[in-house]
Amino acid sequence: MYKTYLANVSYEFKTLRNLLAKASPPRSGDFLAGVAASNHRERVAAQWVLADVPLKQFLTEALVPYEHDEVTRLILDDHNASAFAPISHLTVGDFRNWLLSPHANTQALSALAPGLTPEMVAATSKLMRIQDLILVAKKCQVLTRFRNTLGLNNRLSTRLQPNHPTDHPQGITASIIDGLMYGCGDAVIGINPATDNMSATLRLLHLVSDVIERYQIPTQACVLAHITTTLAAIELHAPVDLVFQSIAGTQRANSSFGINLNLLNEGHHAALALQRGSLGKQCMYFETGQGSALSANAHEGLDQQTCEARAYAVARKFDPLLVNTVVGFIGPEYLYDGKQIIRAALEDHFCGKLLGLPMGCDICYTNHAEADQDDMDMLLTQFAVAGGTFIMGVPGADDIMLNYQSTSFHDALYLRQVLGLKPAPEFEHWLINHGIFNTENTLAERSELPKLFQSHTL
Amino acid sequence: MMTILPTSTVQPDPWISLRQLTPARIALGRAGISLTTHAQLEFQLAHALARDAVHIPLDFSALSQQFTQHGINTLQLQTQAANQQLFLQRPDLGKLLTNASIERLRYESKPSYDVVIVIADGLSSSAISHHAVPLVTHLLPHLQHQALHLAPVCLVQHGRVAIGDPIAQQLNATLCIVLIGERPGLSSPDSLGIYFTYQAQAGLSTDADRNCISNIHQQGLSYSQAITKLLYLLNQATQRKLSGVLLKDETTDDATLPSPAPLALLD
Repeated sequence: MYKTYLANVSYEFKTLRNLLAKASPPRSGDFLAGVAASNHRERVAAQWVLADVPLKQFLTEALVPYEHDEVTRLILDDHNASAFAPISHLTVGDFRNWLLSPHANTQALSALAPGLTPEMVAATSKLMRIQDLILVAKKCQVLTRFRNTLGLNNRLSTRLQPNHPTDHPQGITASIIDGLMYGCGDAVIGINPATDNMSATLRLLHLVSDVIERYQIPTQACVLAHITTTLAAIELHAPVDLVFQSIAGTQRANSSFGINLNLLNEGHHAALALQRGSLGKQCMYFETGQGSALSANAHEGLDQQTCEARAYAVARKFDPLLVNTVVGFIGPEYLYDGKQIIRAALEDHFCGKLLGLPMGCDICYTNHAEADQDDMDMLLTQFAVAGGTFIMGVPGADDIMLNYQSTSFHDALYLRQVLGLKPAPEFEHWLINHGIFNTENTLAERSELPKLFQSHTL
Repeated sequence: MMTILPTSTVQPDPWISLRQLTPARIALGRAGISLTTHAQLEFQLAHALARDAVHIPLDFSALSQQFTQHGINTLQLQTQAANQQLFLQRPDLGKLLTNASIERLRYESKPSYDVVIVIADGLSSSAISHHAVPLVTHLLPHLQHQALHLAPVCLVQHGRVAIGDPIAQQLNATLCIVLIGERPGLSSPDSLGIYFTYQAQAGLSTDADRNCISNIHQQGLSYSQAITKLLYLLNQATQRKLSGVLLKDETTDDATLPSPAPLALLD
């Protein structure tokens, strides 16, 4: 039992799960799930109580029973006690102070990552303001490599997302060319197929692989089909760079996606065996998003932010090249407005980075959310200041297949100009060599196409 | 309207010919590294249309009058999502009728009906105001031709897809057809969806029990294409006494774009 007496009222929270949910900053999904605090005072009371909970408590009180949930088993079985030792005496509130202090430098945070559980970092984020989330995340460095180096200081990468409503090969290629010409695509050229079937997936895999091969682009490709489809494509010797899967923070939610840890492990090993990375072995691409467990009715009484952080334990197990929180895609019943979307994205980035993940963000919204381009600009800027690893590049910010608004090629150039952030170094050299970028980290002046593309026929 | 002219401040993209290959916003050009005023305003207009589709309330009495002019009886019903804000945040309430609406249906229920058509605003009022009346007036003669016994058309404010379930159950209707405004995209603010359920049951029917015909709007699926698909499903469902994942739409689809001729980047 967790309790306190605050402003003349006594508060009791039955379980740690309860306490975390009530301490969570307000968002529509937690109200929908019926786990949120019933008023502001109760929320702050929960935060006071949470600040005094020892971090060790998270190792003994499982939020979802160990026997029933393989994500819980993964979190507890893989916990690294020696990495945890330097902070094992701290409470959640002390840990926040420590993270903000100069003791928590890049080196210390990297060493600590395997000693942290998702619940510890989720709990700490609930006591933090936006600037705390940014300040601490900025101190983390997570480097990953496949055909280039992602996550270096003062670098920001982009996923080129050339989706098309009918997977039309020429339409997709046109968007890829547009993105490359604007300097996008170093994180991955990643296509969401309109239909998740084998023939479409194979066609798209060959299409992107051919573009990368033809122009010798130091980047990687991905078709974001279900992992079972990608595994079948690998069987057919299709050119698979990265294996993709959407993941969530509970066993039941993952099972609603048609996956489990064994299947992810199988995908990871199949991708490793292909040895297509020239610089490194990270070959998994995961997507997550607050609210996904609740929408599968599999949140197990957890708040959506804690659920989300638990998905990062799943990601961490498979040493990913990229993890992308698709923050505003799911709709206003989970994140109602720009304010909720912005905070959720920065929480996700903070939690992911502390756990040692290469966190990117699909900064996005749907037309029934209370959000607009101004909200996205605020998040875009804050995410880049926080040291976010990558963002999306969608032509004109309008994804014509998934029907939502993400970030554009122009948006990435804006961040490069105002914050001096460069693409991954190998990709940057490629852009400069082919006259797409100049040496000032922006588009080269040109009145015609770069030579490389002049003979291209679609 | 402003056009993109090469000036000292606006840089057009030399690969503009690629635009004929995709509806995506490619080759937008730039002012510095940013969107041009023209591209910026085009985006804002598309977003405004989509936002208004979500937020401008559907005029239910006008809709009801239009149906009356076509000799079609309607009933107006409410869900427990009392306002738009609640509707957007609580999808569960948009699936439940108010007590007054349940009473209204009880008053109406005959021993049974074959078909009930439910029209819900969903996430796009413009989808309903543009497409509901023409679609239903095209559909009804086909249903009447098959001598199906039709319940009054039910018009539901703040409804989700599953609102058809308690209505069909209350009216004892075997076939439930829900017309609903779909989540608007920038390029399709008024897209209508049809969801069809055989022997719908409140709280029991799930998405797996429904067949969906989506993307009905001027640039998407036409009324006649949608009706062909729906009649196919209705007939199959009546024969096989089920709907949903076990019932595949096997009508041909001409949604794929014709393949344009090869195009060089520099034309």
